[in-house]
Amino acid sequence: MENDVSSPHKQRFPGLFSRLKQVRVSRTTMVCLFAFALTILMFVSMAFLSPDALQAAEGGAKSALPWWAWPLILFIVTFFLGIAAVLGGVGGGVLFVPIVSGFFPFHLDFVRGAGLLVALAGALAAGPGLLKKGLADLRLALPLAVIASACAIAGAMLGLALPTNVIQISLGATILGIVLIMLLAKKSEYPEVKQACALSTALRINGIYHEASSGQNINWQVHRTAQGLATFVIIGVMAGMFGLGAGWANVPVLNLMMGAPLKVSVATSKFLLSITDTSAAWIYVNNGAVLPMVVVPSIIGIMLGSIIGVRILAKTKPAAVRYIVIVMLLFAGGRALLKGLGI
Amino acid sequence: MADKLKATEEQLVYAKLLDLGMKVGLLTLIITFIIYATGIFAPQIPVSDLPKYWSMPVHQYLEATGIHPGWVWLTMLGKGDFLNFTGIAFLALVTLVCYVRIVPILFRKKDTIYGVIAIVEVLILALAASGVLKSGGH
Repeated sequence: MENDVSSPHKQRFPGLFSRLKQVRVSRTTMVCLFAFALTILMFVSMAFLSPDALQAAEGGAKSALPWWAWPLILFIVTFFLGIAAVLGGVGGGVLFVPIVSGFFPFHLDFVRGAGLLVALAGALAAGPGLLKKGLADLRLALPLAVIASACAIAGAMLGLALPTNVIQISLGATILGIVLIMLLAKKSEYPEVKQACALSTALRINGIYHEASSGQNINWQVHRTAQGLATFVIIGVMAGMFGLGAGWANVPVLNLMMGAPLKVSVATSKFLLSITDTSAAWIYVNNGAVLPMVVVPSIIGIMLGSIIGVRILAKTKPAAVRYIVIVMLLFAGGRALLKGLGI
Repeated sequence: MADKLKATEEQLVYAKLLDLGMKVGLLTLIITFIIYATGIFAPQIPVSDLPKYWSMPVHQYLEATGIHPGWVWLTMLGKGDFLNFTGIAFLALVTLVCYVRIVPILFRKKDTIYGVIAIVEVLILALAASGVLKSGGH
């Protein structure tokens, strides 16, 4: 009776509300369905791209598929990777390189070149908004970018000079390392920095940002700047060598080592990628390791997927997808390792 | 406090230029790819031959196709595949242009250290883009 009085519309449209409830349920199940579809896609592609088919395609022999099928599959897969990257909280490059190099006939050289351009396009798209909102900080990024971009050049040159199997093995090991970081690394929303270090004080690396969720203005400063700069030597080399982007490494260093708030770390990391990946991408472009037929469908696919991913993320935060992304990385990293070892 | 909450002048200028460059670059990339995919301009490598090359290491691919790396693509813009490098190069040049734009702002604000850092970054990016740095190949 109470329901009847308080909800007259329910009387007029008895079926509508139950249908709306179903819609709400289907929103959450949508994510589960997506996760399920992603897993199925992985296994189907494994079966579809059997070792024989891949070997034939890799050897440039007659593949069962017409030439246009590969860019089309690449576009579809990168579309899903774009969704998975947003929901899983990782960069597109870190999923793109191991998965595409593991399951497509493209040589690792071209995949890494494309991976860098995919990560670069994503960083360029996100950068302006993050800078305007004051979440990404130019003063924090600029000194780190000098080190990272110079080292990314060295990494890219090294990556193109080393034998493919060495890169495959290193890539596999790195991806498995990233999985460990994703599983074990803690995050600190507002790390405590009792005193800014001398270097960050001299460079005036500090700021205030407005935290919309709490309505507070957060003061922040950083410490261990010299250690942070030194770590970016390794991050830069790895970003250039593997074409992965480097958000997975940037964020822990900015947040846990240097003590920048998590949001500032994530935003500054994304912006930093636009600089680091630019320098490395030029080495790949100038050495011929960029094929438009691989690069452009990947960029468009992953960017469209990211847009859809952001829409799904706005409705729900699926923790399960993060674990599926971890499983995908584990799988792709393992495959890269085995491929490098010739197993 | 209110002033500190706002992004700095150089940060806003950088963001505005980055936004414009990214949009123009992506649009160029999409348009040139449509031209390539529809065959309006004949490509240097026929699309049906691509599977023969995309599984090769880059040095082998360059040898097999006779393509010269570096900025040579600028002389081959009449070819559908090389036309795509316009958008790719544009996206890869945006950051360099943004840095060049903020250098005078930093020096005007007497922020000499960051002015020098920005110049060093411009030099690093220019070196990477120049094509001077060649990799030995596998």
